[in-house]
Amino acid sequence: MDSLLLILGILVFIAIVFVVIYNGLVTLRARVRNAWAQIDVQLKRRYDLIPNLVETVKGYAKHEREVFENVTKARAAAINASGVEAQAQAENMLSGALKSLFAVAENYPDLKASQNFMMLQEELSGTENKIAYSRQFYNDSVMEYNIRIQKIPYNVIAGMFGFHKEQLFEVKLETEREAPKVRF
Amino acid sequence: MERVNIYDQISGNKRMSYILFIIFFIIAFILSYIISAYFGGGYIGIGAILIFAVIWMLFSYYLGDKAILAINHAKEVRKQEYPHLYNTVEGLSIAAGIPMPKIYVIDDPSPNAFATGRDPRHSSVAVTKGLLDIMNRQELEGVLAHELSHIKNYDIRYMTLVMVMIGLIGILSNILVRMFLHGRGNRRGGGKGGAVIILIGILFAIIAPIIAQMVRFAISRKREYLADASGALLTRYPPGLASALRKISANKIPMTKANPDSAPLYIANPFREGFFDNLFSTHPPAEKRIKALEAM
Repeated sequence: MDSLLLILGILVFIAIVFVVIYNGLVTLRARVRNAWAQIDVQLKRRYDLIPNLVETVKGYAKHEREVFENVTKARAAAINASGVEAQAQAENMLSGALKSLFAVAENYPDLKASQNFMMLQEELSGTENKIAYSRQFYNDSVMEYNIRIQKIPYNVIAGMFGFHKEQLFEVKLETEREAPKVRF
Repeated sequence: MERVNIYDQISGNKRMSYILFIIFFIIAFILSYIISAYFGGGYIGIGAILIFAVIWMLFSYYLGDKAILAINHAKEVRKQEYPHLYNTVEGLSIAAGIPMPKIYVIDDPSPNAFATGRDPRHSSVAVTKGLLDIMNRQELEGVLAHELSHIKNYDIRYMTLVMVMIGLIGILSNILVRMFLHGRGNRRGGGKGGAVIILIGILFAIIAPIIAQMVRFAISRKREYLADASGALLTRYPPGLASALRKISANKIPMTKANPDSAPLYIANPFREGFFDNLFSTHPPAEKRIKALEAM
C-alpha cells in the first residue's frame, strides 16, 4: 500500500515537472516568434515614413530627381525582398539611399529648418534604432531559447515535442553594435 | 552568468516586497496596540489603525508611483512634445522586451532621472529638462537604459514601496515622539504615560535596525551597478552611460524640484554632496561606476 502511494507520488511529481518544463519551452518559443514579428512591425513603419519624407524633400529640392528615384526603388526592393539574407541586403541599400537623401537635404537651408522635415528625420532615425533594437531582442530571445533546449533535462522534452533550434539574425548592419562583455 | 543574476534580482525584489508588507503590518499592529492602550481605544482603536495600515499598503502598491511622481513635480508628456525622448524610450523598451513605460519630465535644470512603478506593465520613467539639454543621443540612451533596467529587474517595486511605506513610518514616529514628549493627548491615568514611553522606546529600538536594513537593501550599490551593467547590455554601448555619469557628476547645481525622501530613486544624488555623504551615501561614487563601465 505504502509503496503504491510512493510510486503514485513520484509519477505525479514527474508529471508536474514535465508540464512546467513544457510550458516554459512554449513560452520561450512564443517569445522568439513574437520578437521576429516585432522586427517586421518596425520595418513596415519605416517603409510608411519614406513616401512622406520624399514628398517633403521634393517640395524644397525639385531637381534632385535621381536621389528620389533611388530611394523609391530601394524601398520597393526592400518591401519585395524575400529571405533573411536578401532582405538585409535590400535594407542596407535603402539605408544608403536615405543617407544620400539626407546629404542632399544639407544643401537646402529652408528644408533643414522646416518643422515637418525635422520631425520626419527624428521619426526615421528613431525607427532605424527600433529596427536594430528589435533585432537585438530577437537574437537575445533566440539565444535564451536555444540554450534552454540544449540543457538537461529540457533537451529530452524538447526532442520529444520537436522544439528545434531557431536561427540567429546574423547579418551585420551598419547601425548595429557589438555586445559589451559584462561581468558581475 | 548575468542572466542568473538578473533573475535572482527579480525574485529577490519580489520577496523583499512581501517581507516589507509583513513587517509594516506587524509594526502597525504593535503600534495600534500601544496607542489604543494609551488612549483607551479598545478593539475599535486597534481595528481602525489596522484598516488604515492596510489602506496605506494598498495605496503604496497601486498609487505609490503616482505619489512619488507628484512630489517630484514630474509631468507626463506626450510624443509630440518630446519626440526624441519618446523614440529613445520606445526603442530601449523593445530591446529590453518590456512594455513601454509612461514618460514624465521634471522642469529642473539639474540633470537627473528616475524610474518608479510596481512592475514593467505599470511603470514610469522621469527625466529632468536639464538632462535632456546636456546629453547627446548616446548619453541619453545610456541613462534611459539604466532606468529601464531598474524597471525590468523589479527594483522599482521594492524601492517605491520602501519610499512610500517607510516614509509614513518616519512621519508617524515623529508625531508620536512629539506627542509623548509634550505629554499631550487624552491621557487617562497619569502612571500609564511612563510605561507607554518605555514601550514605544523598546518598540523603536527593535524596529529601527530592521527598517535601516530594509532601506539599506533598497539603496544597495549592487542594485545600481547591476542596472548600469544591464543598461549597457541593452545599448551595447557602455561609454554612453559612462559619459553621462561624468556629465552628471560634474554638474554642481542641486535639484530644486526633487523630494529629499525619494533621493535614492534618482540615478545620481539630486542634492549637493555633503560631508556625511561618504559615510551614509545613497549612491555609489560616480568614478567607480564609470570605471566599471569602461572595463566592459
